[in-house]
Amino acid sequence: MLRKKEKQIVAAFEHRAGDEIGEQETFGVLMRRMLRENKLAAVSLLVIILMFLCMALAPMLTSYGETDMDLLNRLQPPSGAHLLGTDEGGRDVLTRLLYGSRVSLMVGIVPTLLSMVLGALLGVVAGYRGGLTDTVIMRLADVVLAFPSMLLAMVIMYTLGGGLFNVFLTLTLMNWGSVARIARSETLRLKESEYVEAARSIGVSGWNIIRRHILPNCLPTLIVLFTLNVPAAILTESSLSFLGLGIQPPSASWGLMVNTGRQYLYNAPWLSFAPSAAIMVAVLSFNFLGDGLRDVLDPRQRKQ
Amino acid sequence: MEEKTLIVEDLCAGFPTLRGEVCVLDHVSLEVAKGKITGLVGESGCGKSMTARAVMNLIRFPGRVTSGRILLEGQDLGSMGKKERRMLQGQEISMIFQDPMTSLNPVMKVGKQVDETVLLHEHVTRDEAKKRTLEMFEAAGVPDPERRYHCYPHQLSGGLRQRVMIAMAMICRPKLLIADEPTTALDVTVEAQILDLMKEMSRKGTGILLISHNLGVIAQVCDDAYVMYAGKIAEQADICTLFDHPAHPYTKGLLSAVSSLRNGCETLKTIPGNVPDLSRLPAGCCFSPRCDCCRQECKEKAPEMREIGPGHSVRCFAAEGVTAE
Amino acid sequence: MKRLVQALLVLLLVSLLLFIMLRIVPGNPVAVLMGEHANQETIDRVTAELGLDQPIHVQFFRYLTGAVRGDFGTSYSLGKPVSQLIGSAFLNTLLLSLAAALFAWITGGICGVLAAIRKNSIADRLFMGFSLLGISMPVFMVAMILQYVFAYWLHWVPISGTADWRSFILPAIALGWNSAGSIARLIRSALLDILEDDYIDTARAKGLSKTSVLFRHALRNTMLPTVTMMALQFSALLSGAVITETIFSINGIGRLAVQAINARDVPLLQGTVLFSTALVILGNLIADLLYKVLDPRTRKEA
Repeated sequence: MLRKKEKQIVAAFEHRAGDEIGEQETFGVLMRRMLRENKLAAVSLLVIILMFLCMALAPMLTSYGETDMDLLNRLQPPSGAHLLGTDEGGRDVLTRLLYGSRVSLMVGIVPTLLSMVLGALLGVVAGYRGGLTDTVIMRLADVVLAFPSMLLAMVIMYTLGGGLFNVFLTLTLMNWGSVARIARSETLRLKESEYVEAARSIGVSGWNIIRRHILPNCLPTLIVLFTLNVPAAILTESSLSFLGLGIQPPSASWGLMVNTGRQYLYNAPWLSFAPSAAIMVAVLSFNFLGDGLRDVLDPRQRKQ
Repeated sequence: MEEKTLIVEDLCAGFPTLRGEVCVLDHVSLEVAKGKITGLVGESGCGKSMTARAVMNLIRFPGRVTSGRILLEGQDLGSMGKKERRMLQGQEISMIFQDPMTSLNPVMKVGKQVDETVLLHEHVTRDEAKKRTLEMFEAAGVPDPERRYHCYPHQLSGGLRQRVMIAMAMICRPKLLIADEPTTALDVTVEAQILDLMKEMSRKGTGILLISHNLGVIAQVCDDAYVMYAGKIAEQADICTLFDHPAHPYTKGLLSAVSSLRNGCETLKTIPGNVPDLSRLPAGCCFSPRCDCCRQECKEKAPEMREIGPGHSVRCFAAEGVTAE
Repeated sequence: MKRLVQALLVLLLVSLLLFIMLRIVPGNPVAVLMGEHANQETIDRVTAELGLDQPIHVQFFRYLTGAVRGDFGTSYSLGKPVSQLIGSAFLNTLLLSLAAALFAWITGGICGVLAAIRKNSIADRLFMGFSLLGISMPVFMVAMILQYVFAYWLHWVPISGTADWRSFILPAIALGWNSAGSIARLIRSALLDILEDDYIDTARAKGLSKTSVLFRHALRNTMLPTVTMMALQFSALLSGAVITETIFSINGIGRLAVQAINARDVPLLQGTVLFSTALVILGNLIADLLYKVLDPRTRKEA
């Protein structure tokens, strides 16, 4: 809101009780502040929690079974009995959406988490060790990052074959590159900081330095990266399934539902629209949450 | 009666915060005479830069001038139309800023940036503008002007950059130059050269308002000075009187802090306490918490500016004037 | 120069990785292609013809030497040389990508700039709302909605194919939609930062009007971070082209790759992916060069 200079003036005059005492801002405190100040992030968190609840409680939320076909009622528009209509097999779209959320959300989160761990480890080691290790790891990351994402996903899926597990693996292998890069640059920055020098001078081993000093300080950036990579993973999976290369029927995923709905686009648009909207809501929520986290976590980082 | 280039009358400015309106300038009045250098001293955050920005119409939303008048050679700037006001800048009034590295556009050649000022205010061709720029470079002491014209800001040293800024400010021969901490980012030898340049400009008729927190700089070049504290003018006098017979306890404190360095004493004299939070000013005199001659009435009533000697005013109950010897 | 060598190295590694990944698939591709009724003899003969019985490093070497000469093998499913197929498909993808990029930059740029200069106003929130739609809607969703509304319902443009320039409009918008959103956000935040810089004050102190300050000083500096983003955009555009070309039946590289995968056509898949990756690497190099040109601070002193 205020100009830089004016901000400086205000900062010089405004006392924040925490600063004087040197209060350590724990993650909990930061989260609460974010939720208080950033309404959008708070709503997004709520939406995400709701989605997870839907995912977990799917059987309880709908009276239809996942694969209950009702061929007499195919392609019905949304109505009282079927809130989102029925698909080409007479299955309730809402039910398929709820069950599909299990796949789509898990596919967003698990591989991203795994690629975070893998990428962070490789990146930190590369940054800390330097030299040949660094070069090798970074060249590998470059190679992975050079591919357009869909094409890379397609090639890996071709090699591994279709199916849920392979989708997980594909997404993990695709995303570690960008995480590694960021982890490495953070490590390089932190490596030069004084407390690392101090630790080294008293003989703390490399591994312990990484564990105690570098990783915890990379964590905020990585957390933000996580929330921003999850939507990308959800989108990639849905695109893959859309092309028929990802999740195979009869399991449902939102992307697959869009694909099958495509044939009926002109007479039953809700078949594709409902899962697309679900994807959009998921992507937006994670993006907002990521933005909110970044606002709260990053300025703190710079002060350090 | 000297001709006054700039008269600021009872200027008030502030901005709204979550805690209500914060007043950053409280009835600030000052004058700059033609051909003279007037100093504006104070600690960081006392409102000196804000005053400069108010004169230059550079206060950005949500800060704003709430009352008062600014007169340039008698003309009320507040009563002018927007475009008229804007065209004054760069031509009749100009300003140079503290950090020349960030004050120049990094992706534009410096020559072009100076040309821009001329081209905006006068009807000249590009070639004529370039000629004027090169002349100004020479006047400002930029060596090898032809070559420097084509340089980018990062290719010049700090002192050169500030000379370029001065050239840019002076190219349209303004009546008033506001210099906001012009030498703070430079080292001492360069500082001396820049200050000489400013003295020369004032000799040629430009009025200069020199803002600084550095008393040494003020002492070197200014003809008279104003001391600011917490958004108000605390004391005003010509330079000799100010330094030899300071009246306001704050001014005395500032000067004793400096002289203790020069005379080499054991402990540096400081003014106890901190600069006040403008949104939570004490009742009465705002300097009272830190003042060592604070009296009861100081804590209750806010003092007004009163004249205690020829051309010497102070905002303090306790101060006593000294007649010129 | 060093950047060029690095890029070539990455390209080499990419082709190696690609080669390995595609060859370690279990099963003999020839057998799959020829179907169940082919006898072993024919399979062996064809395998030898295609050189698939050689050890893998020999195969790779032959592939590389061929690639340098422009020979990327022959497509199993379509029978034609891969380079020829890529050649004819490339034009369509190029046109599509350029149109999409144009759309993205113009829309994103305008939204971002307007949002920044009217910060926190209704216009700002509206533009940022659009940009959010941009980054959150999956490509296929945008494509299908556009197809439904503008082609099917309103009949303004053809539904698919590449009959004339009009058929590129919807795919270009669909493909550029995502990028437009990212660009708008980036430009807004970059411009907001720049507008707080000191030299903007200097420009205003000179007497320049707000518009002049914006165009002559602020926007030039905004170009810098946005150029870096261009590099990422190449990759995203090629990636999105896969879906867009499939939905709109445009005969481009993306669609070719999908066809290759469905037909288990290894040379074609390899060729298209390698080509696309090479384009991305080239794009990154160009973006680096462009950055050097735009930011005088990165140039070596004369």
